[in-house]
Amino acid sequence: MNEEEYYVPEGTYWPIIGSIGVSTLFVGFANQMHGAEWGGSVMALGFAITVFMMFGWFGQVVNESTSGIYNKQVDRSFRWGMSWFIFSEVMFFAAFFGALFYARQLSVPWLGGADNNIFTPDLWNAFSASWHQMAFLAPGSVTDTALQSGTVMSFPVVPASGIETATPAMVVNPWGLPALNTALLLASGVTLTYAHHALRAGNRNQIVGWLVATIALGAAFLGFQIMEYGHAYQEGLKLTSGIYGSTFYMLTGFHGFHVTVGVIMLTVILYRVQKGHFNADNHFGFEGVAWYWHFVDVVWLGLFVFVYWL
Amino acid sequence: MTTATASHDDHHHGPEKGLMRWIKTTNHKDIGTLYLWFAFSMLLIGGALAMGIRMELLQPGLQLMEPQFFNQLTTMHGLIMVFGAIMPAFVGLGNWLIPMMIGAPDMALPRMNNWSFWILPFAGGILLSTFFMEGGAPAFGWTFYAPLSTTFAPDSTDFFIFAVHLLGFSSIMGAINIIATVLNMRAPDMKLMDMPLFVWTWLITSFLLIGAMPVLAGTVTMMLTDRNFGTSFFDAAGGGDPVMFQHIFWFFGHPEVYIMILPAFGVISHIIPTFARKPLFGYSSMVYATASIAFLSYIVWAHHMFLTGMPVAGELYFMYATMLIAVPTGVKVFNWISTMWRGSMTFETPMLWAISFVFLFTIGGFSGLMLGIAPADIQYHDTYFVVAHFHYVLVTGALWSIIAATFYWLPKWTGRMYNEGLAKVHFWWAVISVNVLFFPQHFLGLAGMPRRIPDYSLQFADFNMISSVGGFAFGASFILFTYIVVDCIRNGKPTTSRPWEGAKGLEWTLAPKADYHSFNKPPSRELIEAESQHS
Ligand code: HEM
Ligand SMILES: [Cu+2]
Repeated sequence: MNEEEYYVPEGTYWPIIGSIGVSTLFVGFANQMHGAEWGGSVMALGFAITVFMMFGWFGQVVNESTSGIYNKQVDRSFRWGMSWFIFSEVMFFAAFFGALFYARQLSVPWLGGADNNIFTPDLWNAFSASWHQMAFLAPGSVTDTALQSGTVMSFPVVPASGIETATPAMVVNPWGLPALNTALLLASGVTLTYAHHALRAGNRNQIVGWLVATIALGAAFLGFQIMEYGHAYQEGLKLTSGIYGSTFYMLTGFHGFHVTVGVIMLTVILYRVQKGHFNADNHFGFEGVAWYWHFVDVVWLGLFVFVYWL
Repeated sequence: MTTATASHDDHHHGPEKGLMRWIKTTNHKDIGTLYLWFAFSMLLIGGALAMGIRMELLQPGLQLMEPQFFNQLTTMHGLIMVFGAIMPAFVGLGNWLIPMMIGAPDMALPRMNNWSFWILPFAGGILLSTFFMEGGAPAFGWTFYAPLSTTFAPDSTDFFIFAVHLLGFSSIMGAINIIATVLNMRAPDMKLMDMPLFVWTWLITSFLLIGAMPVLAGTVTMMLTDRNFGTSFFDAAGGGDPVMFQHIFWFFGHPEVYIMILPAFGVISHIIPTFARKPLFGYSSMVYATASIAFLSYIVWAHHMFLTGMPVAGELYFMYATMLIAVPTGVKVFNWISTMWRGSMTFETPMLWAISFVFLFTIGGFSGLMLGIAPADIQYHDTYFVVAHFHYVLVTGALWSIIAATFYWLPKWTGRMYNEGLAKVHFWWAVISVNVLFFPQHFLGLAGMPRRIPDYSLQFADFNMISSVGGFAFGASFILFTYIVVDCIRNGKPTTSRPWEGAKGLEWTLAPKADYHSFNKPPSRELIEAESQHS
């Protein structure tokens, strides 16, 4: 480690491999959606290349880091990089939260005739706006005549399951699984902090214990989330259930995806702890993942309050 | 680790040989060069599409193409110019210049830097490939409003969506890198308020990018699921709202236009002091003005939606907030003019571009103010007046600064001087033709000619023909530009390390053709002070 001199890493092939992987993934996906039979396999290939790239790239960085050629400045660059990456993730979620707030506070009430919307009584006379009751009409099923006669655009207040009163609010009771999941994630934030303290104190057994607990809590969260999705689908709350279903699944879905990534990263960190990669004052890898985990935690709190509770 | 140790010494040597140099490179100059050439090729492709548009509009009536294809041309022209030409060109300039300007050896995260670039050709390739797909390329305008881009769009739209994801990913990584570089690699003795304005404007632009690009990613993701997985974000039949699309899009879109102009402000704030031989007037007010513009740019988005439908309170708020932007922008224009005031001015090519930037960008700013007046915008919206407005700010603003920067720093990049006489001819050719091209579009718009239309009524014929002829001339000027740049790289006369007598800045203390790694030891406080913009 040389603190006097600047460090510039050597070139690698990983970025170009990453570009090939991600593009293959996307091209496969797009073709898959338009009925190409080979789309799925190309997608899988792209995914495999991307995963290979990540192992290779991070592996190289880990090797360089443990061989001690990075200096404090490199460490700080990683820190700036990770924190602003997390900020960009925050803004990604903000777009979906924005959609949620806009739909809930403005466009759905407007559809229901709020603020003297002259169209509602004429066109959609049977429709009364209420947030959880959105069900979806297949695109194209609305004909002009149906529209004018006011029959079709009156929303099917009855969800797909046919139970007239089963609004999704009753399907997903916030004080059931969601509250439990909130507790799990909050607890995982605490256990992770204990792991960090243990790392600072240099107690490897404790680090491992707390990390395993964190991973277990995260995995339990994911398990319950899958259970909840199962329930919701049975009760008729689907991705296709209008704007409520859209915001519900996209927000919780992207969050769940981030938890999954977080669990994978924590597992890698656990492995690296056991390999002895970190010491009391040099453990950016650990901290970066911890920041990420806390970010995922905070997003969940927003979800719990705005998607499930209110 | 042998490889790692080898890499450690690696930066004392020159670049690798052959194609692999460009693919593996972690060097900010190599990557900057890649970005600039990529942006230039995209500029030529986007320009070719624009020639198609102007050919169709040369005369009234449908001349050359189906309306559907015309719409593909305008859409792809806009997308390619914004995401393929202007933005990558600025990242390229940032890569080349920022490390030199802050006394650093390279960017903070060089491998990520490489990836930010190497995603672009793939994203650009996917975007361009849509032309060859069934149903053609996207034809809904660069703003891709739902439901045009959801319910009524061709299959290729999903490829467009993924291209946008990739482009956004690249920009975000680029922005993160610039923030880390400026905050962490700056010479220890350089305070924030010693930083040259190009560095300041890019730093602030990076925050705009990190705030805005993820929202764009969210928008296209919602489009993707609306199109393919049955969500109804933008579909009123499911309780969603197409107007919501516009809100989310413009929450990205307005910061985006400032992403394309703030670095331009930086470039101009370097060139004018050099050729006026005076320190920049009002350095700190420039920094604060840039920051205020960036902040305001997040809270004015719905001025693009005055006619979409909004409560009156919203219309008023967005109108007044938009007007506010004129204040910091005015501060900047004032400062540039005051810098020239009583300076010992000379008019080398970069200065010609910079001065014409001040004039022409200001015209675009004024037409922006007119558009920002909600009741007046009822008349102007979606007419050629808007087209004139954004071409004045983007072509004679953003692109102008990129060309100015090219001439200004080309000697530092190549160690050679371009042909000044030819460059002046090129300047006058471009500046006259660009005004012939875009100025009449103001009149067309005020008279009511709608934008994004392949045919028009007869009373618009004259101005359209003038505009098209200007367009062809402007397009042709890039042939000369290409020649001048290539000629400079190949045959230019060697220069000194500071070819411009009045130039300040750490980059001018480096060798005539800057070394492969800029500063291996940080510059001293004396040097930083002597080269700072406010001394
Ligand atoms: C004084 C500052 C500015 C003001 C007040 C302003 C205002 C506006 C307004 C109100 C519109 C919407 C017009 C309409 O659709 O009816 C508009 C459009 C536009 N502006 Fe500006 N603008 C300013 C500066 C800029 C700058 C610096 C850029 C880019 C570098 C820019 C790029 C654009 C673009 C691209 C559009 C058209 C978007 C579209 O395709 O619909 N503007 N501007
Ligand atoms: Cu705007």
